[in-house]
Amino acid sequence: MTGHFISRLSILKRDRRAVWVGYVLVAVGLALLPFVVDNTVGRTWVRIIDFALIYAMLALGLNIVVGFAGLLDLGYIAFYAVGAYTWALLASPQFGLHLPFWLILPIGAGVTALFGVMLGAPTLRLRGDYLAIVTLGFGEIIRIFLNNLDHPINITNGPIGINRIDPISVGGLDLTRTHQFFGIEFSGTHLYYYVLLGLVMLTIFICVRLEDSRIGRAWIAIREDEVAAQSMGINTRNVKLLAFAMGATFGGVAGGLFASFQGFVSPESFVLLESIMVLCMVVLGGMGHVSGVVVGALLLAVLPEVLRSTASPMQEQLFGKVIVDPESLRMLLFGLALILVMLIRPTGLWPSPIRKREFERTD
Amino acid sequence: MDIFLQQILNGLVLGSVYALVALGYTMVYGILGLINFAHGEVVMIGAMIALTVMTILVGSTAGLPVALIVALAIAAAIAVCMTLAYSIERVAYRPLRNAPRLAPLITAIGMSILLQNVAMIIWGRQYKTFPRLFSSEPHTIAGANITDLQIVIIIVSAALMAALLLLVHFTRLGRAMRATSENQAIAGLMGVNVNKIISATFVIGAALGAVAGVLVAANYSIAHYSMGFMLGLKAFTAAVLGGIGNIGGAMLGGLLLGLIESIGAGYIGDVTGGFLGSHYQDVFAFLVLVLVLVLRPTGLMGERVAERA
Repeated sequence: MTGHFISRLSILKRDRRAVWVGYVLVAVGLALLPFVVDNTVGRTWVRIIDFALIYAMLALGLNIVVGFAGLLDLGYIAFYAVGAYTWALLASPQFGLHLPFWLILPIGAGVTALFGVMLGAPTLRLRGDYLAIVTLGFGEIIRIFLNNLDHPINITNGPIGINRIDPISVGGLDLTRTHQFFGIEFSGTHLYYYVLLGLVMLTIFICVRLEDSRIGRAWIAIREDEVAAQSMGINTRNVKLLAFAMGATFGGVAGGLFASFQGFVSPESFVLLESIMVLCMVVLGGMGHVSGVVVGALLLAVLPEVLRSTASPMQEQLFGKVIVDPESLRMLLFGLALILVMLIRPTGLWPSPIRKREFERTD
Repeated sequence: MDIFLQQILNGLVLGSVYALVALGYTMVYGILGLINFAHGEVVMIGAMIALTVMTILVGSTAGLPVALIVALAIAAAIAVCMTLAYSIERVAYRPLRNAPRLAPLITAIGMSILLQNVAMIIWGRQYKTFPRLFSSEPHTIAGANITDLQIVIIIVSAALMAALLLLVHFTRLGRAMRATSENQAIAGLMGVNVNKIISATFVIGAALGAVAGVLVAANYSIAHYSMGFMLGLKAFTAAVLGGIGNIGGAMLGGLLLGLIESIGAGYIGDVTGGFLGSHYQDVFAFLVLVLVLVLRPTGLMGERVAERA
């Protein structure tokens, strides 16, 4: 993402060495970020950044489905839920299973991909708007099942959720504890930051490579005109299914990380509004543009927290009491953002250059 | 008490409400090819407005007769919902009529979220009790119970649907609506003001939705800012089941879905030996939706083949 940005700056463009200097500077900046944040605004904000990174992964996954392939998925959070519960069931006292993370991660990815195919197979032959409704329903159904599968056989523990989920541990190194490396103290939130950052980088890399690949171009062709794509010899059903499964996989991995980071999952983390929020990130950032989506995700994950810490005091100062609680204000703004972005800037805040050109040409 | 007959009665009551809401989805889809996600929220706002008016009037000292209170409340709900639907169409859908398909769908979702949260800010998070204006004393017919209110729901829904059918098939406006849904450009050439007709479609759907909202809230004697979401999803399912874009289909689909849900929820416990209970009621609508889309995407009464996007 940042690489793109830097290479865009025309002065640096001519000098490859300058680009590398830029990369190194950004890398150092990202590495130091948690310490800077920790010492200026506090440990909670490092945690918020961690969650923002999880959201970035989710948004990148949804971007494959919505942005690349043009399939509106309104139940994306269901895959996040499946990933989170898979992790929770395989590494918690719930069933007494404590599998290591390098085993759960692929299992979780596989299970969610399977769910993606299961949902996609019957519905992908249909028009896009039907898909939107079916995925919406699917998201709710998953939540209803998670909520009710505590009897007669207790699988998900119902509305209470699953507690004491194992954290990621690398070679016996528990990532939630504080450790000392090279005489510097790293707390759990810091360590998770590096793990998540690495995975987000990997996701970005995969997404960028996918976009330029044969599959990525097939997705974009389907998005622009399905009939034309089909007549060019693209097996639209399989390629769409692949988009669905891939998107689901990223969602599932993000869900697993969420479960292990938070140490606790319950159905109420996976409501429809979360799906809408991730969709908002993709739409606001710029559908189909990897860098835009990452920026959108980071913005929308951090801004509500800023809102949370400023909205209530501000209202108290202005009206003498809290009129709108920050939570509803957040959703209100999300709804408004979806409408306004579509009306005013349908390409998003940071559209991909190709998309922008298209819009400028048709105008 | 005959349980089977009771479930059928409950299903009919539920189904007539679904049918009323489904009409709003199906009419808009028939003309614009757009799923109006915000319709469920319009229904919810109708219920909330009626509830507010009723609470004020019942609490006032004037001592108005019950029928007048109900009429005033419903009239207020209809008026507000019509205005709301008209503005939604103007602000969020009309500018995007020639945009890619995804764009109006996303504004529709945004609108839905926006309305839900505005309603939450106005009416609060808690469940609101709907004033009981009819006696809840049940009549017993062949071993099944039915209340006055439920009879009213069935009669009002049937009357409204009949009125809509008459409107669509025997008036100038109805003819213009049918022409517009057939082909917008050519309808325009024949002197139909397409924009006006589209607005009219939204407004009529919203009026039906407002009544449906009042009925469903009165039936459960509860209203909540999130009630429109599930109701909308189910009504949409009903519309798809009947054949989206088809007015008769929406009515049939609504009634069928109501029956499927109530009979399904009544017997799922027995069939699965207690493994799944009636709290899975909401799953049925979704199953129906997927099955219809897989087996017969045109729905029961749809003639038009669902074209690919």
